[in-house]
Amino acid sequence: MSQPSDFQPKIIAYVCNWCTYLGADLAGTNRLEYPANVRIIRLPCTGRIDFNLLVKAFEMGADAVLVSGCHPGDCHYTAGNYHARRRWILFRQLLETMGIDSRRVQFSWISAAEGKKWQQVITEITEKTQELGPYAAYREICQAGG
Amino acid sequence: MLDELREKCKQLLANGTVQVVIGYGQPAEAGGVVPVFITTPEDAQQLVWNDQCFANLTKYLLRSEIKALGKAAICVKGCDERALVVLERESQIDRTQIVVIGLLCDGVGQPRLPKCEACDVHKPRAADVLIGQPPADGQPLPAEQRYAALAAFLRKTPEERIAYWMAELSRCTKCYACRQVCPMCYCRQCIADKNRPVAISTSATLKGNFAWQITRAFHLASRCVGCDECSRVCPAGIDLRLLNLSLAQAAEKSFAFRAGMDPAAEPVIGAYREQDHEEFIR
Repeated sequence: MSQPSDFQPKIIAYVCNWCTYLGADLAGTNRLEYPANVRIIRLPCTGRIDFNLLVKAFEMGADAVLVSGCHPGDCHYTAGNYHARRRWILFRQLLETMGIDSRRVQFSWISAAEGKKWQQVITEITEKTQELGPYAAYREICQAGG
Repeated sequence: MLDELREKCKQLLANGTVQVVIGYGQPAEAGGVVPVFITTPEDAQQLVWNDQCFANLTKYLLRSEIKALGKAAICVKGCDERALVVLERESQIDRTQIVVIGLLCDGVGQPRLPKCEACDVHKPRAADVLIGQPPADGQPLPAEQRYAALAAFLRKTPEERIAYWMAELSRCTKCYACRQVCPMCYCRQCIADKNRPVAISTSATLKGNFAWQITRAFHLASRCVGCDECSRVCPAGIDLRLLNLSLAQAAEKSFAFRAGMDPAAEPVIGAYREQDHEEFIR
Protein backbone atom coordinates (compact mmCIF):
# COMPACT_ATOMS: atom_id res chain seq x y z
CA MET A 1 0.00 0.00 0.00
CA SER A 2 1.54 3.30 -0.98
CA GLN A 3 0.69 6.25 1.18
CA PRO A 4 2.14 9.72 1.16
CA SER A 5 5.14 9.45 3.45
CA ASP A 6 4.08 12.55 5.35
CA PHE A 7 0.91 10.86 6.61
CA GLN A 8 0.86 11.36 10.35
CA PRO A 9 -1.59 8.92 11.93
CA LYS A 10 -3.61 9.88 14.94
CA ILE A 11 -3.29 7.25 17.63
CA ILE A 12 -5.36 7.25 20.77
CA ALA A 13 -3.92 5.38 23.75
CA TYR A 14 -6.28 4.55 26.57
CA VAL A 15 -4.02 3.76 29.47
CA CYS A 16 -4.48 2.87 33.08
CA ASN A 17 -3.43 5.30 35.75
CA TRP A 18 -1.20 2.93 37.68
CA CYS A 19 1.03 1.13 35.20
CA THR A 20 1.02 2.24 31.60
CA TYR A 21 0.57 5.91 32.37
CA LEU A 22 3.55 5.75 34.69
CA GLY A 23 5.43 3.74 32.08
CA ALA A 24 4.82 6.53 29.59
CA ASP A 25 5.86 9.03 32.23
CA LEU A 26 9.06 7.09 32.80
CA ALA A 27 9.76 7.14 29.09
CA GLY A 28 9.49 10.92 29.33
CA THR A 29 11.72 11.35 32.36
CA ASN A 30 14.28 9.02 30.75
CA ARG A 31 14.20 11.18 27.61
CA LEU A 32 13.17 8.19 25.49
CA GLU A 33 11.90 9.55 22.24
CA TYR A 34 8.70 8.19 20.75
CA PRO A 35 6.39 9.45 17.99
CA ALA A 36 4.21 12.38 18.94
CA ASN A 37 1.31 10.77 17.09
CA VAL A 38 -0.04 9.25 20.25
CA ARG A 39 -2.66 11.00 22.35
CA ILE A 40 -2.74 9.56 25.82
CA ILE A 41 -6.01 9.30 27.68
CA ARG A 42 -5.62 8.25 31.27
CA LEU A 43 -8.31 6.20 32.96
CA PRO A 44 -8.34 4.59 36.41
CA CYS A 45 -7.97 1.02 35.16
CA THR A 46 -8.25 -1.06 32.00
CA GLY A 47 -11.31 -2.57 33.67
CA ARG A 48 -12.88 0.86 33.30
CA ILE A 49 -12.17 1.16 29.62
CA ASP A 50 -15.53 0.93 27.98
CA PHE A 51 -15.36 -0.36 24.41
CA ASN A 52 -17.58 2.60 23.50
CA LEU A 53 -14.49 4.72 24.01
CA LEU A 54 -12.77 2.74 21.27
CA VAL A 55 -15.63 3.41 18.90
CA LYS A 56 -15.59 7.04 19.99
CA ALA A 57 -11.90 7.32 19.16
CA PHE A 58 -12.55 6.16 15.60
CA GLU A 59 -15.49 8.54 15.35
CA MET A 60 -13.18 11.37 16.36
CA GLY A 61 -10.75 10.49 13.60
CA ALA A 62 -8.31 8.06 15.18
CA ASP A 63 -6.38 5.85 12.79
CA ALA A 64 -5.47 3.38 15.51
CA VAL A 65 -6.28 2.78 19.15
CA LEU A 66 -4.12 1.31 21.85
CA VAL A 67 -5.47 0.00 25.11
CA SER A 68 -2.83 -0.64 27.71
CA GLY A 69 -2.69 -1.49 31.37
CA CYS A 70 -0.95 -3.40 34.11
CA HIS A 71 0.46 -6.85 33.55
CA PRO A 72 -1.70 -9.71 34.83
CA GLY A 73 -1.33 -9.93 38.58
CA ASP A 74 -0.26 -6.30 38.91
CA CYS A 75 -3.63 -4.56 38.79
CA HIS A 76 -3.99 -1.85 41.41
CA TYR A 77 -7.56 -3.03 41.88
CA THR A 78 -6.49 -6.69 41.93
CA ALA A 79 -8.41 -7.94 38.91
CA GLY A 80 -9.49 -5.04 36.68
CA ASN A 81 -7.13 -6.11 33.91
CA TYR A 82 -8.34 -9.71 34.04
CA HIS A 83 -11.91 -8.55 33.55
CA ALA A 84 -10.79 -6.24 30.77
CA ARG A 85 -8.94 -9.05 29.03
CA ARG A 86 -12.10 -11.16 28.85
CA ARG A 87 -14.01 -8.32 27.29
CA TRP A 88 -11.25 -7.73 24.75
CA ILE A 89 -11.32 -11.37 23.73
CA LEU A 90 -15.02 -11.05 22.93
CA PHE A 91 -14.81 -7.56 21.51
CA ARG A 92 -12.14 -8.54 19.02
CA GLN A 93 -14.49 -11.14 17.58
CA LEU A 94 -17.20 -8.53 17.15
CA LEU A 95 -14.74 -6.23 15.35
CA GLU A 96 -13.79 -9.16 13.14
CA THR A 97 -17.40 -9.82 12.16
CA MET A 98 -18.08 -6.16 11.50
CA GLY A 99 -15.01 -5.96 9.31
CA ILE A 100 -13.45 -3.28 11.48
CA ASP A 101 -9.70 -3.43 10.96
CA SER A 102 -8.37 -5.30 13.99
CA ARG A 103 -4.81 -4.20 13.14
CA ARG A 104 -5.91 -0.77 14.24
CA VAL A 105 -7.01 -1.91 17.68
CA GLN A 106 -4.02 -2.90 19.77
CA PHE A 107 -3.66 -4.10 23.32
CA SER A 108 -0.64 -4.21 25.58
CA TRP A 109 0.53 -4.66 29.13
CA ILE A 110 3.08 -2.01 30.07
CA SER A 111 4.20 -1.63 33.64
CA ALA A 112 5.37 1.51 35.42
CA ALA A 113 8.95 0.31 34.95
CA GLU A 114 8.63 -0.32 31.22
CA GLY A 115 9.33 3.10 29.75
CA LYS A 116 11.34 1.34 27.10
CA LYS A 117 8.47 -0.95 26.16
CA TRP A 118 6.18 2.05 25.87
CA GLN A 119 8.61 3.65 23.46
CA GLN A 120 8.78 0.44 21.41
CA VAL A 121 5.05 -0.18 21.32
CA ILE A 122 4.21 3.38 20.31
CA THR A 123 6.93 3.41 17.66
CA GLU A 124 5.74 0.11 16.22
CA ILE A 125 2.08 1.08 16.18
CA THR A 126 2.85 4.41 14.58
CA GLU A 127 4.94 2.82 11.85
CA LYS A 128 2.39 0.10 11.25
CA THR A 129 -0.45 2.62 11.05
CA GLN A 130 1.58 4.75 8.69
CA GLU A 131 1.77 1.73 6.40
CA LEU A 132 -1.95 1.10 6.73
CA GLY A 133 -2.77 4.68 5.93
CA PRO A 134 -5.71 6.74 7.19
CA TYR A 135 -8.69 4.74 8.38
CA ALA A 136 -10.76 5.68 5.36
CA ALA A 137 -13.58 3.20 5.97
CA TYR A 138 -14.47 4.60 9.37
CA ARG A 139 -14.18 8.17 8.08
CA GLU A 140 -16.70 7.23 5.44
CA ILE A 141 -19.00 5.79 8.11
CA CYS A 142 -18.78 8.99 10.12
CA GLN A 143 -19.40 11.27 7.19
CA ALA A 144 -22.35 9.44 5.66
CA GLY A 145 -25.61 11.34 5.88
CA GLY A 146 -28.82 9.88 7.29
CA MET B 1 -51.17 -30.66 22.64
CA LEU B 2 -53.28 -27.49 22.43
CA ASP B 3 -56.07 -28.94 24.57
CA GLU B 4 -53.52 -30.07 27.08
CA LEU B 5 -52.05 -26.55 27.19
CA ARG B 6 -55.42 -24.84 27.60
CA GLU B 7 -56.54 -27.32 30.23
CA LYS B 8 -53.37 -26.92 32.26
CA CYS B 9 -53.53 -23.14 32.15
CA LYS B 10 -57.20 -23.22 33.09
CA GLN B 11 -56.33 -25.29 36.14
CA LEU B 12 -53.47 -23.03 37.17
CA LEU B 13 -55.74 -19.99 37.03
CA ALA B 14 -58.73 -21.71 38.61
CA ASN B 15 -56.88 -23.04 41.62
CA GLY B 16 -55.12 -19.74 42.14
CA THR B 17 -51.59 -21.00 41.55
CA VAL B 18 -51.06 -18.09 39.18
CA GLN B 19 -52.94 -14.89 38.42
CA VAL B 20 -51.83 -14.53 34.84
CA VAL B 21 -50.73 -16.83 32.05
CA ILE B 22 -48.46 -15.32 29.42
CA GLY B 23 -48.92 -17.22 26.20
CA TYR B 24 -49.70 -17.05 22.50
CA GLY B 25 -53.12 -16.13 21.18
CA GLN B 26 -54.83 -15.56 17.87
CA PRO B 27 -55.76 -11.98 17.01
CA ALA B 28 -59.43 -11.43 16.16
CA GLU B 29 -58.52 -10.22 12.70
CA ALA B 30 -55.65 -10.98 10.37
CA GLY B 31 -53.40 -13.95 10.78
CA GLY B 32 -50.40 -14.66 12.89
CA VAL B 33 -50.08 -14.92 16.60
CA VAL B 34 -49.95 -12.28 19.33
CA PRO B 35 -48.91 -12.45 22.97
CA VAL B 36 -51.89 -12.83 25.30
CA PHE B 37 -52.18 -12.31 29.02
CA ILE B 38 -54.86 -14.61 30.36
CA THR B 39 -56.25 -13.79 33.77
CA THR B 40 -59.43 -15.88 34.01
CA PRO B 41 -59.85 -19.66 33.60
CA GLU B 42 -62.49 -19.18 30.86
CA ASP B 43 -60.09 -17.16 28.74
CA ALA B 44 -57.60 -20.04 28.64
CA GLN B 45 -59.48 -21.05 25.47
CA GLN B 46 -57.78 -18.16 23.71
CA LEU B 47 -54.37 -19.78 23.96
CA VAL B 48 -52.90 -21.21 20.79
CA TRP B 49 -49.82 -23.17 19.88
CA ASN B 50 -48.74 -23.40 16.26
CA ASP B 51 -45.80 -22.83 13.98
CA GLN B 52 -46.32 -19.07 14.13
CA CYS B 53 -45.41 -18.88 17.81
CA PHE B 54 -42.04 -17.24 17.15
CA ALA B 55 -41.97 -14.73 19.96
CA ASN B 56 -39.87 -15.09 23.05
CA LEU B 57 -42.35 -14.04 25.72
CA THR B 58 -39.91 -13.88 28.60
CA LYS B 59 -39.44 -10.15 28.06
CA TYR B 60 -42.93 -9.59 29.47
CA LEU B 61 -41.95 -11.02 32.85
CA LEU B 62 -39.84 -7.93 33.41
CA ARG B 63 -42.61 -5.44 32.68
CA SER B 64 -44.02 -3.72 35.73
CA GLU B 65 -47.59 -3.83 34.43
CA ILE B 66 -47.32 -7.60 34.07
CA LYS B 67 -45.68 -8.00 37.46
CA ALA B 68 -48.58 -6.02 38.92
CA LEU B 69 -51.00 -8.73 37.82
CA GLY B 70 -49.52 -11.19 40.31
CA LYS B 71 -47.78 -14.51 39.98
CA ALA B 72 -47.31 -15.50 36.37
CA ALA B 73 -47.16 -18.66 34.34
CA ILE B 74 -45.27 -18.33 31.10
CA CYS B 75 -45.24 -20.44 27.96
CA VAL B 76 -41.73 -21.05 26.72
CA LYS B 77 -40.10 -23.04 23.99
CA GLY B 78 -36.74 -24.62 24.67
CA CYS B 79 -34.92 -21.64 23.18
CA ASP B 80 -36.95 -19.13 25.20
CA GLU B 81 -36.22 -21.01 28.36
CA ARG B 82 -32.54 -20.19 27.98
CA ALA B 83 -33.50 -16.54 28.47
CA LEU B 84 -35.13 -17.45 31.79
CA VAL B 85 -31.88 -19.06 32.91
CA VAL B 86 -29.89 -15.91 32.17
CA LEU B 87 -32.51 -13.63 33.71
CA GLU B 88 -32.54 -15.66 36.88
CA ARG B 89 -28.76 -15.68 36.99
CA GLU B 90 -28.83 -11.89 36.70
CA SER B 91 -31.41 -11.60 39.48
CA GLN B 92 -34.08 -10.21 37.21
CA ILE B 93 -36.66 -12.87 37.97
CA ASP B 94 -37.49 -15.03 40.93
CA ARG B 95 -37.95 -18.50 39.52
CA THR B 96 -40.00 -19.58 42.55
CA GLN B 97 -42.57 -16.91 41.66
CA ILE B 98 -43.01 -18.13 38.10
CA VAL B 99 -44.63 -21.25 36.72
CA VAL B 100 -42.83 -22.27 33.56
CA ILE B 101 -44.96 -24.05 31.00
CA GLY B 102 -42.55 -25.75 28.65
CA LEU B 103 -43.72 -26.37 25.11
CA LEU B 104 -41.96 -29.17 23.29
CA CYS B 105 -41.07 -27.62 20.00
CA ASP B 106 -39.85 -28.99 16.74
CA GLY B 107 -39.17 -25.61 15.21
CA VAL B 108 -41.47 -22.78 14.16
CA GLY B 109 -42.05 -20.91 10.93
CA GLN B 110 -42.86 -21.87 7.35
CA PRO B 111 -40.15 -22.49 6.31
CA ARG B 112 -38.51 -23.06 9.64
CA LEU B 113 -36.67 -20.09 11.10
CA PRO B 114 -32.89 -20.10 10.81
CA LYS B 115 -32.56 -20.46 14.57
CA CYS B 116 -34.76 -23.57 14.45
CA GLU B 117 -32.52 -25.14 11.82
CA ALA B 118 -29.63 -24.83 14.25
CA CYS B 119 -31.60 -25.66 17.40
CA ASP B 120 -30.60 -28.27 19.94
CA VAL B 121 -32.94 -27.31 22.77
CA HIS B 122 -36.27 -28.67 21.56
CA LYS B 123 -37.26 -29.54 25.09
CA PRO B 124 -37.36 -26.97 27.90
CA ARG B 125 -35.21 -28.60 30.53
CA ALA B 126 -36.39 -27.00 33.74
CA ALA B 127 -40.09 -26.42 33.04
CA ASP B 128 -42.60 -26.95 35.83
CA VAL B 129 -45.10 -28.30 33.33
CA LEU B 130 -44.18 -29.94 30.05
CA ILE B 131 -46.70 -29.91 27.23
CA GLY B 132 -46.39 -32.07 24.14
CA GLN B 133 -44.84 -35.32 23.07
CA PRO B 134 -41.30 -36.03 24.17
CA PRO B 135 -39.20 -35.44 21.06
CA ALA B 136 -36.70 -37.70 19.48
CA ASP B 137 -33.53 -37.74 21.50
CA GLY B 138 -32.13 -34.19 21.32
CA GLN B 139 -28.43 -34.55 20.73
CA PRO B 140 -26.42 -31.35 21.09
CA LEU B 141 -25.64 -30.09 17.61
CA PRO B 142 -21.98 -29.66 16.74
CA ALA B 143 -20.79 -26.05 16.91
CA GLU B 144 -20.06 -25.97 13.16
CA GLN B 145 -23.74 -26.49 12.50
CA ARG B 146 -24.90 -23.91 15.02
CA TYR B 147 -22.55 -21.25 13.69
CA ALA B 148 -22.82 -22.17 10.02
CA ALA B 149 -24.44 -18.84 9.08
CA LEU B 150 -21.62 -16.93 10.73
CA ALA B 151 -18.94 -19.11 9.17
CA ALA B 152 -20.40 -18.42 5.74
CA PHE B 153 -20.38 -14.69 6.46
CA LEU B 154 -16.81 -14.74 7.72
CA ARG B 155 -15.65 -16.15 4.40
CA LYS B 156 -16.03 -12.62 3.07
CA THR B 157 -12.96 -10.41 3.32
CA PRO B 158 -12.89 -7.73 6.05
CA GLU B 159 -13.45 -5.10 3.35
CA GLU B 160 -16.53 -6.93 2.10
CA ARG B 161 -17.77 -7.30 5.65
CA ILE B 162 -17.56 -3.64 6.53
CA ALA B 163 -19.12 -2.75 3.19
CA TYR B 164 -21.94 -5.18 4.00
CA TRP B 165 -22.58 -3.55 7.37
CA MET B 166 -22.40 -0.09 5.88
CA ALA B 167 -25.09 -1.05 3.42
CA GLU B 168 -27.21 -2.82 6.02
CA LEU B 169 -26.89 -0.28 8.82
CA SER B 170 -27.60 2.60 6.48
CA ARG B 171 -31.20 1.35 6.60
CA CYS B 172 -31.37 1.40 10.41
CA THR B 173 -33.73 4.11 11.61
CA LYS B 174 -32.83 3.78 15.28
CA CYS B 175 -36.33 2.65 16.16
CA TYR B 176 -34.77 0.51 18.90
CA ALA B 177 -37.18 -2.34 18.25
CA CYS B 178 -34.17 -4.66 18.62
CA ARG B 179 -33.68 -3.35 22.13
CA GLN B 180 -37.33 -3.32 23.11
CA VAL B 181 -37.88 -6.93 22.14
CA CYS B 182 -34.69 -8.30 23.66
CA PRO B 183 -35.21 -10.15 26.93
CA MET B 184 -31.66 -9.26 27.96
CA CYS B 185 -32.09 -5.52 27.38
CA TYR B 186 -33.67 -4.58 30.67
CA CYS B 187 -31.62 -1.61 31.88
CA ARG B 188 -33.85 1.06 33.41
CA GLN B 189 -31.87 3.61 31.50
CA CYS B 190 -30.27 2.43 28.33
CA ILE B 191 -26.88 3.89 27.50
CA ALA B 192 -28.35 4.84 24.12
CA ASP B 193 -30.73 7.20 25.94
CA LYS B 194 -28.02 8.80 28.03
CA ASN B 195 -27.73 12.41 26.96
CA ARG B 196 -25.49 14.15 29.47
CA PRO B 197 -23.09 13.55 27.89
CA VAL B 198 -24.31 11.60 24.88
CA ALA B 199 -22.66 8.17 24.95
CA ILE B 200 -23.95 6.84 21.63
CA SER B 201 -24.50 9.25 18.81
CA THR B 202 -28.29 9.47 18.57
CA SER B 203 -28.54 10.32 14.89
CA ALA B 204 -29.78 7.61 12.57
CA THR B 205 -26.75 8.08 10.37
CA LEU B 206 -24.17 5.43 9.71
CA LYS B 207 -22.00 6.81 12.48
CA GLY B 208 -24.72 6.56 15.10
CA ASN B 209 -25.98 3.26 13.75
CA PHE B 210 -22.56 1.64 13.95
CA ALA B 211 -22.07 2.93 17.48
CA TRP B 212 -25.49 1.68 18.48
CA GLN B 213 -25.27 -1.77 16.95
CA ILE B 214 -21.76 -2.34 18.28
CA THR B 215 -23.03 -1.38 21.72
CA ARG B 216 -26.17 -3.44 21.50
CA ALA B 217 -24.30 -6.52 20.35
CA PHE B 218 -21.52 -6.17 22.88
CA HIS B 219 -23.84 -5.58 25.81
CA LEU B 220 -25.28 -8.96 24.90
CA ALA B 221 -21.90 -10.64 24.75
CA SER B 222 -22.12 -14.03 26.46
CA ARG B 223 -25.70 -13.19 27.46
CA CYS B 224 -27.57 -13.46 24.17
CA VAL B 225 -29.45 -16.75 24.01
CA GLY B 226 -29.96 -16.58 20.27
CA CYS B 227 -33.75 -16.17 20.21
CA ASP B 228 -33.24 -13.96 17.13
CA GLU B 229 -36.10 -11.70 18.10
CA CYS B 230 -33.98 -8.65 17.22
CA SER B 231 -33.60 -9.81 13.63
CA ARG B 232 -37.24 -10.82 13.41
CA VAL B 233 -38.62 -7.47 14.55
CA CYS B 234 -36.16 -5.27 12.65
CA PRO B 235 -38.33 -3.26 10.24
CA ALA B 236 -35.27 -2.70 8.07
CA GLY B 237 -34.59 -6.42 7.86
CA ILE B 238 -31.03 -6.15 9.19
CA ASP B 239 -29.57 -9.52 10.04
CA LEU B 240 -28.48 -8.66 13.57
CA ARG B 241 -28.19 -12.36 14.24
CA LEU B 242 -24.71 -12.40 12.74
CA LEU B 243 -23.39 -10.03 15.38
CA ASN B 244 -24.94 -12.03 18.19
CA LEU B 245 -23.67 -15.28 16.73
CA SER B 246 -20.14 -13.96 16.53
CA LEU B 247 -20.08 -13.07 20.21
CA ALA B 248 -21.77 -16.32 21.17
CA GLN B 249 -19.17 -18.21 19.21
CA ALA B 250 -16.34 -16.27 20.86
CA ALA B 251 -17.74 -17.10 24.30
CA GLU B 252 -18.05 -20.74 23.40
CA LYS B 253 -14.62 -20.99 21.78
CA SER B 254 -12.72 -19.14 24.48
CA PHE B 255 -14.69 -20.00 27.57
CA ALA B 256 -16.73 -23.09 26.64
CA PHE B 257 -19.80 -21.10 27.56
CA ARG B 258 -23.27 -21.03 26.04
CA ALA B 259 -25.67 -18.52 27.52
CA GLY B 260 -28.63 -20.00 29.31
CA MET B 261 -27.63 -23.62 28.88
CA ASP B 262 -26.34 -24.38 32.34
CA PRO B 263 -27.91 -22.52 35.28
CA ALA B 264 -24.86 -23.28 37.42
CA ALA B 265 -22.24 -22.08 34.92
CA GLU B 266 -20.11 -19.11 35.88
CA PRO B 267 -20.87 -16.15 33.62
CA VAL B 268 -18.19 -15.05 31.15
CA ILE B 269 -18.37 -11.34 31.92
CA GLY B 270 -17.88 -10.63 35.58
CA ALA B 271 -15.59 -13.57 36.12
CA TYR B 272 -12.10 -14.40 34.90
CA ARG B 273 -9.35 -16.97 34.87
CA GLU B 274 -5.71 -16.11 35.27
CA GLN B 275 -4.96 -18.34 32.32
CA ASP B 276 -7.43 -16.67 29.92
CA HIS B 277 -5.71 -16.47 26.56
CA GLU B 278 -3.88 -13.29 25.65
CA GLU B 279 -1.86 -14.07 22.54
CA PHE B 280 -3.17 -10.83 21.03
CA ILE B 281 -1.78 -8.63 23.80
CA ARG B 282 1.69 -7.17 23.38
